[in-house]
Amino acid sequence: MRKIGVFVCHCGTNIAATVDVKAVAEALGHEPGVVVSCEYQYMCSESGQELIKDSIKKHGLTGVVICSCSPRMHENTFRKAAASAGLNPYLVEIANIREQCSWIHKDIASATEKAIILGKAAVAKIHLNTPLTAGESPVAKKALVIGGGIAGIQTALDIAEAGFEVDIVEKKPTIGGKMAQLDKTFPTLDCAACILTPKMVECAQNEKIHIYSYSEVTEVKGFVGSFNVTIKKKARFVDETKCTGCGLCTEKCPMKKVPNEFNMGFDNRSAVYIPFAQAVPKVAVIDPANCMMLKTGKCGVCSKVCTVGAIDYKQQDTYINETYGAIVVATGYDPIDLGKYDEFAYSQSPDVITSLELERLMNAAGPDGGTLLRPSDKKHPHTIVFVQCVGSRCDDSRGKPYCSKICCMYTAKHAMLIREKYPDTDVYVFYIDVRTPGKNFDEFYRRAVEQYNVHYIKGMVGKVEPKADGKLSVQASDLISREQLHIDADLVVLAAAIEPDKTARPLATMLTTQMDTNDFFTEAHPKLRPVESATAGIFLSGACQGPKDIPETVAQASAAASKAIGLLCKNSITCNPCVAHSDELMCNGCSSCEKVCPYGAITYINKEFTMPDRTVALRRVASVNPAVCQGCGACTVACPSGAMDLNGFSNSQIMAEVDAICK
Amino acid sequence: MQEAMIKRAKELLAEGIVNRVIGWKRGEFAYDSTPAIFETPEELERDFVYDDLTASNLSKYLIKESRKAGKILAFLKPCDTYSLNQLTCEHRVIRENIHVIGIPCDPKIDAEKIKAKGISGILGIKNDGVDLTIDTIYGKESMPVSEAIMEKCLSCKGKKHVTYDELIGEDGELCDSGRFDMVAELEAMTAQERYDFWRSQLSKCIRCNACRNVCPACTCEKCVFDNDASGIANKAAADSFEENMFHIIRAFHVAGRCTDCGECSRVCPQNIPLHMLNRKFIKDINELYGTYQAGEKPDSVSPLTSYTLDDCEASIVHERGTE
Amino acid sequence: MQVNQKEFEPVIAAFCCNWCSYAGADLSGTNRLSYPSNVKIIRVPCSCRVNPMFILRAFQRGADGVIICGCHPGDCHYTSGNYFTRRRMTLLFSMLDYLGIERDRTRVEWVSAAEGAKFAATMNDFTETVRKLGPNRRLEDLRCRKQ
Repeated sequence: MRKIGVFVCHCGTNIAATVDVKAVAEALGHEPGVVVSCEYQYMCSESGQELIKDSIKKHGLTGVVICSCSPRMHENTFRKAAASAGLNPYLVEIANIREQCSWIHKDIASATEKAIILGKAAVAKIHLNTPLTAGESPVAKKALVIGGGIAGIQTALDIAEAGFEVDIVEKKPTIGGKMAQLDKTFPTLDCAACILTPKMVECAQNEKIHIYSYSEVTEVKGFVGSFNVTIKKKARFVDETKCTGCGLCTEKCPMKKVPNEFNMGFDNRSAVYIPFAQAVPKVAVIDPANCMMLKTGKCGVCSKVCTVGAIDYKQQDTYINETYGAIVVATGYDPIDLGKYDEFAYSQSPDVITSLELERLMNAAGPDGGTLLRPSDKKHPHTIVFVQCVGSRCDDSRGKPYCSKICCMYTAKHAMLIREKYPDTDVYVFYIDVRTPGKNFDEFYRRAVEQYNVHYIKGMVGKVEPKADGKLSVQASDLISREQLHIDADLVVLAAAIEPDKTARPLATMLTTQMDTNDFFTEAHPKLRPVESATAGIFLSGACQGPKDIPETVAQASAAASKAIGLLCKNSITCNPCVAHSDELMCNGCSSCEKVCPYGAITYINKEFTMPDRTVALRRVASVNPAVCQGCGACTVACPSGAMDLNGFSNSQIMAEVDAICK
Repeated sequence: MQEAMIKRAKELLAEGIVNRVIGWKRGEFAYDSTPAIFETPEELERDFVYDDLTASNLSKYLIKESRKAGKILAFLKPCDTYSLNQLTCEHRVIRENIHVIGIPCDPKIDAEKIKAKGISGILGIKNDGVDLTIDTIYGKESMPVSEAIMEKCLSCKGKKHVTYDELIGEDGELCDSGRFDMVAELEAMTAQERYDFWRSQLSKCIRCNACRNVCPACTCEKCVFDNDASGIANKAAADSFEENMFHIIRAFHVAGRCTDCGECSRVCPQNIPLHMLNRKFIKDINELYGTYQAGEKPDSVSPLTSYTLDDCEASIVHERGTE
Repeated sequence: MQVNQKEFEPVIAAFCCNWCSYAGADLSGTNRLSYPSNVKIIRVPCSCRVNPMFILRAFQRGADGVIICGCHPGDCHYTSGNYFTRRRMTLLFSMLDYLGIERDRTRVEWVSAAEGAKFAATMNDFTETVRKLGPNRRLEDLRCRKQ
């Protein structure tokens, strides 16, 4: 028989003014199993808690019901008090008679009646409570960072700095990401390579960091503290351990007509290549789609010239299995494909380019050595039109509904740099709004307008048409002067919207993390947990969570790192004991529960059972991993046999509450 | 047909491909048939029947049978194959241990409908496709076949087998027999009329559990109604929760899993149209979440274990309701 | 604790998810936004924890109305729970309607932790709706219990 104590709180007059607390304590005292029922002014106070603790000890209570404020307020307080008196903290139930009773009802009689019913429901429930113990699961002291752009690099460096091992998986042959392609960075105009490449080198040199370049995550199993990850190292046909990065193979390779991705296709590379001079790891890679040796078996020049014998045409994809305590997603972004923007003639004219392409054209390591020339005729452009929001804040299916956030600032940067270097150039920027929140951002934009005389025009470009003389006829409207404008431009630069990397969606499925409709990873809480995903142990770094500029990305990368470090510091993690569990004897093994579990917490095992007729049967039964289960209860309803139940909110407990309320 | 089936079963037994056969045999009366296991050619010769009266769905028996040693041959009618697929999907049967022969099916004859015509002492039935000639101890009687067709066959899903290892005869096509018409008729009534209908029907229930026991979706290791810990098992009190809500809970438990085989109504001794509850769920699912028939594919995902972001709200029940 | 015998006082059971609707109910308390004391709240971790059996049980034990409140679609603390709730409850309510039970006795409402006012308004409206329907007899009496 249970020995239940009921403690009714006055909460000063918050409860006592509308609820007859004495009557409540009196009525609940008659409930079955209740051995003590009392009221007190402030149960949450030191002396109130002492009252509860003393009663637990004095009466040997096996259950405590507290009629007070919302459990969201003081459930933990009372659980701790019970625990300190030797009672399992999960043998405490709260009847919410303040927020859901005394504060909303004015009539004392009906409020008191309701408080008694709520108390009775809590008593009925606590008869069925069982002591619960939070389990623990170990934490592997190693982190995985998926993506090797500035976000991934910063996260990895911070985690390594804290003394933990960290692996970076990067799908391209080198880390560096989009930032490596940028020319200068706003608002300080320092060169991207100058600030990024030292960090890349640091990654390569740090003993705690291992870089899996040209690799992809193919499978993720396990859960917070011990994720088992399979990484596919794609065959690069060059032995990483031997290659010195001398570049001789790339010089001698006869196949030199491959568009160079790093320079956005403005120049060519060889079939065996090193993406750029500061690549990390500085190891060549053979592009199998263009290598004559791999395609036809005829060539082998690179193998002949390589002095260290690093070329290996027979190299295969290899798979690596590793266990990580935490995973940080840093998959970054890509500009959207502008193939469908015919009104801007992007596909029709080589002189209509994206901003990222402009970065390469202006870069000293770019195709023209940093001299800004039109792609079509390699002449200096005298009139340049920038178009903002191409695909951003867009309501048709070609674009994205959100603001890409970085375009206003990089366009101001481009305009300023061009005006600085080529003062004879006219620069127009067509915008919907100029959005410059951020430290020194608005000052930067104003400099572009005021000091550099960039023509900012509020309005949208309607059409860009290539003309016979090589110019681009730009038709636009100026929304402020309400005029139609016609500009003959030499170069048109489109600020393409950015979208999450295409690999993010399948990765989210593997990680059982959530994404929004735009395929950005969803944070656990938009304000209070911005770098954690809803899945424990998975953190978000950089633009995979939403459009971000470099300072913001780095800030978020470090925040994600600190969250990961916080996890890795622990030897084990305490699990929420209010999790689902399956009664194996009743489980049908039908997989209904597995299908509704958002966390992948349920797996199936084949287990031998001695049946009632003493035969042994091999049955497929569900098994819940308590470290992964978050206790939502979706599985309990999906389960047709009722084998699945939830600790703390069991079928019989809720049914008992229902009975008490409806009687 | 029966001969071809026995012949093929004997072959498979002789070849050692299967070590037993599940089919039907005659029951106590000439118009009864019951599922049966055959292990020898002699048993097959002597007892195996397949005719107008062998209506029962054999799939559910395969849950236990497929776990025994050796492979079993199962003769499945088109509607039975849906149940087997669904059971495979739910990991309830071990499909590799079953050799399925799909058999064609003509509408089954309901002996109860014959008896309802006042014909008793039935010794045998002959069916020429138009008329039934019934041999009774009082002499010969006859009636149109159309008046004796089993209810569940009147709303046939089709004659296509959705899973089989081999076929005897031709595979048929899906058909639209307007199986939701009756549900729609009920839906069109007023709430009071619907209530009166169901109240009079459900009040007939004697809780014999025949519907549950025959249902190929009701295969739980332990039924919630038999499980004390579930909080709903309550055998003693006649006005208990369980008594009142049994059929609703059962219908919800099989929602998204029911293959609409009609066995529940066939076996109900009180003639409660239980399939009309299950069929309501199927109709709703089709209308709200897209056409879905449990068992049609072996790997389909039940609409109750999936969702889309733009599903309708529960208030749709108000919006599309009659009255 | 005398309840006026003349006026019918419905029993309303409200299942509220811990993260949104229960917090929303707390907020309407904090803001002193009143709703009838007929409403009794049962806390569940997520609306998807609500088994249709709980609802049937409530009706059979004397409830006159049952309302399920959860996070708005897309806001579920557990990411997808309320989507399952939506399907389950739609089908259950449709079945109850099919059986001739008054459809106004059941409701699903999405109430966020910030919507204290919506919570109170919803409960006021729901209680009045159920009050107009009168006592729940049909579901209690589905099998001629009270002839």
